Amino acid sequence: MFDDFIVRAFAAGIGLALITGPLGCFIVWRRLSYFGDTIAHSALLGVVIAYALDFNLIIAVFVVSCVLALSLLFLQRRTNLPDDALLGLLAHSVLAIGLVLLGILSFIRIDLMGLLFGDILSVNFTDLLFVWIGGGIVLIVLILIWRPLFAGTVNLELAKAEGLNPDLANAIFTLLIASVIAISIKIVGILLITGLLIIPAAASRNLSSSATQMAILSSIIGVACVVLGIQTSMIWNTPTGPTILTITLGVFIATMLPLKKLLISKNKIKS
Amino acid sequence: MENNLIELNNCGVVRNQKWLVRGVSLKVSQGEIVTLIGPNGSGKSTTAKMCLNILKPDEGFNTIKDDIRISYVPQKISIDWSLPLRVIDFVNLVIKHKNSEISDALNMTGIKHLIYEDVRNLSGGEFQRLLMARAIAKEPHFLVLDEPVQGVDYPGEIALYKTIQKFVKKINCGILLISHNLHVVMSQTDYVICLNGHVCCAGTPKTVIKDQEYIKLFGDSIDPTLAFYEHNHDHEHLPDGSIDESKRV
Repeated sequence: MFDDFIVRAFAAGIGLALITGPLGCFIVWRRLSYFGDTIAHSALLGVVIAYALDFNLIIAVFVVSCVLALSLLFLQRRTNLPDDALLGLLAHSVLAIGLVLLGILSFIRIDLMGLLFGDILSVNFTDLLFVWIGGGIVLIVLILIWRPLFAGTVNLELAKAEGLNPDLANAIFTLLIASVIAISIKIVGILLITGLLIIPAAASRNLSSSATQMAILSSIIGVACVVLGIQTSMIWNTPTGPTILTITLGVFIATMLPLKKLLISKNKIKS
Repeated sequence: MENNLIELNNCGVVRNQKWLVRGVSLKVSQGEIVTLIGPNGSGKSTTAKMCLNILKPDEGFNTIKDDIRISYVPQKISIDWSLPLRVIDFVNLVIKHKNSEISDALNMTGIKHLIYEDVRNLSGGEFQRLLMARAIAKEPHFLVLDEPVQGVDYPGEIALYKTIQKFVKKINCGILLISHNLHVVMSQTDYVICLNGHVCCAGTPKTVIKDQEYIKLFGDSIDPTLAFYEHNHDHEHLPDGSIDESKRV
């Protein structure tokens, strides 16, 4: 069944969209979209290291992302710079280091376009295992830490005072973002992953009245856009990752239409 | 520590080489209301945060009894617009409650009709009532209220204080109350601590409800829920908060 590259593409895309839904919601709620971007930028360094040491790409990217996340925590405690400045500092310096290393190790040939924008049609069976098993673990961990993470998102001090451990939940959450970005590299690439995290969550925000609802709906929207995107890209022969994101944007715009308000005001007039 | 729920022993917090508060000792035991008063920036919230272990004291030590349920009503909470949060979900934030418990708690603070409302559609006073309801629903052993009546109108203020009183009797919890008012504290308060970077004075509030001056000041709206606290400082503060040693008695 997984011999067909199209089937593999669908399986990988759907698996990824299921995880990016709820994770993306937390990124939106906690205003971490630039953080996701920074980790994605560092992926190039991971890729270069993976090629140089002939190591698994996803694991290498995951390790580099984790190191970057930890350095951010360290810098936040040691400097007085605002978070966005620290993220900018890390994102571009790590990207630069990756490119320098790529220049030194001239024997490495990397498909830069594939790295930046992903190539869902070239996903192999091992990648698929990473998406479904890795993604499954990410989802289970997220459900386990949901309460302290969510309470800490609403109010950190309140969560701490009442005996939860939001700091630990935050640290684990950072690792979850790192893993999802590592998993997604081959599928949508480092430039587009933040979009897949944020846009479905933003679209579902327009339609939801509770946090759980928003998380589930954003998974559903993500999956629908992936399916639609892969099919559209085959019909029009467009690059798959960008097509998926364009469709996600379309859904977001559709959710901004005042459908809900129209329904509510009609009900109000009736009653 | 017998039935002390929490205890601060000569605690202080230092930030950027400046003491926010120093030399604070207090304890709260079961069924007791301790009120903290003091001007802005006097370290009231900092003291409360040490009692909750949100801040570790840089000097002295804080002890919190093991395995007690704690509820905290913080001074300010801002909820991000991107986060859809209904009243019922907010009550369930730290512990999941039964629906009957939730409606009881909302009923007690008078906002039961808002149960499915989005939190950001609440007015300041309604939100304050929601914070109280959430704290009550947990049936805590120790409750910290950081200016719980700010933004609540005067009758509402008295009603909320009454709720607190009823609640203390019902579940016999210890309360640390921070008041924004320097002189008016709850008549049920067992102990008042007046802070200004350090403990200025402390003691039991005098019951002066029948005092003519008090009635003149508050007119018909006086209520036995409130009482005056008579200050008894042995020193004065300079404008920067430091102590004027020359005038020390």
